[in-house]
Amino acid sequence: MHQFSIQPLFGSEGWSIAGYNIAFTNSTLWMAIAAVTLAFFVAGGMKRQLVPGRWQMAVESFTGFIDGMLAANVGPGGKKYVPYIFSLFMFILFANFLGLLPLGVIGLHAFTFTSHFSATGVLAVLSFAIVLIVGFAKHKLHFFSLFVPHGTPVIMIPLIFCVELISFLVRPFSLGLRLFVAMMAGHVLLEVLSSFVISSGNAGIGLFAIAGLPSFILMVGICALELLVAGIQAYVFALLTCVYLNDAENLH
Amino acid sequence: MPQIAQLAATYSSQIFWMLIFFGFTFFVVGRGMVPKVMDTVAQRDKQIADDLAAAERARAQADAEEEAWRTRENANRAEAQTLIAEARAKAAAVTTERLATAQVAIDATLAEAETRISQARRSAAAEIEDVAADATREIVSRIAGLTLDDGAVRSAVKENLVHG
Repeated sequence: MHQFSIQPLFGSEGWSIAGYNIAFTNSTLWMAIAAVTLAFFVAGGMKRQLVPGRWQMAVESFTGFIDGMLAANVGPGGKKYVPYIFSLFMFILFANFLGLLPLGVIGLHAFTFTSHFSATGVLAVLSFAIVLIVGFAKHKLHFFSLFVPHGTPVIMIPLIFCVELISFLVRPFSLGLRLFVAMMAGHVLLEVLSSFVISSGNAGIGLFAIAGLPSFILMVGICALELLVAGIQAYVFALLTCVYLNDAENLH
Repeated sequence: MPQIAQLAATYSSQIFWMLIFFGFTFFVVGRGMVPKVMDTVAQRDKQIADDLAAAERARAQADAEEEAWRTRENANRAEAQTLIAEARAKAAAVTTERLATAQVAIDATLAEAETRISQARRSAAAEIEDVAADATREIVSRIAGLTLDDGAVRSAVKENLVHG
C-alpha cells in the first residue's frame, strides 16, 4: 500500500492557502508530469501539415476519436465539448499510463494519482457540474423532466422521479469511484503478485518454482491487462461524461 | 489504505493541484491546441472534398467535350460520305457520257468503214468483171476468131460470175 501513500516533496508540507494545506506532493508531481507530457504530445501534432506526419496523425486520430464519440453520443451539439472531453480523456489516459511505467527498475516511483478518489472525484464533480450547468442553462426547470421518462403512468411519477433523481445524483460518485477502484485494484493485484514472487524467491528455489514463477508469468499477462484497463477506464470516464452531457443537451 | 487514511491531511492539496493541472490541461491543451488540430483536419477534409468535386467537374466537362466531339465527328463523317457519294455519282455520270460519245464516234467510224468496205467490194467486183470480160473476149477471139459484142461478153461473164 506504500505505492498509494502521498508524501509532500521539496519541503512543501507547510504550504497552505486560507488554512488549507496545498503541499506539493508526489501526487501533484505526477499530475504535473501528465499535464506537461500531454501538452508536449499535442504540441508535437500541431505542425498543421496538409499531409500529416506520424506524430500529427497520432494527435489527429485522438481528436478525431473524441469528436466521433461526441458526435455519436450527443449529436451535432456535442462539438463544443470536444476540448473538455479531449482534456478529460487524455489527462486520465496519460495519468493511467504514466502510473504504470516500470520506473522502479531505475529507483524512481511512479505514482498513479487516478488511484485516489480525492483526485478522480474532482474530475467527476467537474463533469457533473458541467452537466448540471448546461442542463439548467439550456432547459431551465424543464431539466427536471429528465427524471420522468416518457410514458410513465401518472400514479408512478413520484416514485419514478425519486428513483431517477437518486440514479442521477449517484453519477458523480460512480464516475469517480469506478476509475479510482479500477486503477487501485490493478496496482494492488500487481503488488500482491510481485510480493509472491519476492517472498517465494526468498523462501527457496522449490517454492519459487511452484509459486513464484507462475505468479511472475501471470504478472506479465496482468501488466498487459492493466495497460488495457488504463485505456478502457479513460474511455469509460469520457464516454459516460458524453452520455450525461447528452442528457443535459437533448433531455430525452 | 492511504486514500482514506491520508484523506483528511491531503484532500485540499489533491483538489487544489488537480484543479490547477487539469485547468492547465483544459485551457492550454483543450482550448488552445485541440481546436487548431481539429481545424487542420477540417481544412484537409474540405480540401479533399473540393479536389474531389473539381475532379468530378473536370470529368463531366471532359465527357461533355467528348460527346460534342463525337457529334461533330459523326456530322463530319456523314458529310464526307455525302461528298464521296456525290463525287462518285458525278464521276459515273461523266464516264457514262464519255462512253456514249465514244460509242457514237465508234459507231460512226464503223458505219463509214463498212460503207468503204462495201464500196471497195463493189468496185473490186466491177474490176473483176471487166478483167474477166476482157479475158473472155480475148480468149474467144483467139481461139474461135470471133469478135464478140462487148455487151454480150459482159452479160455472159456476169452470169458465170454470179452462178459460177
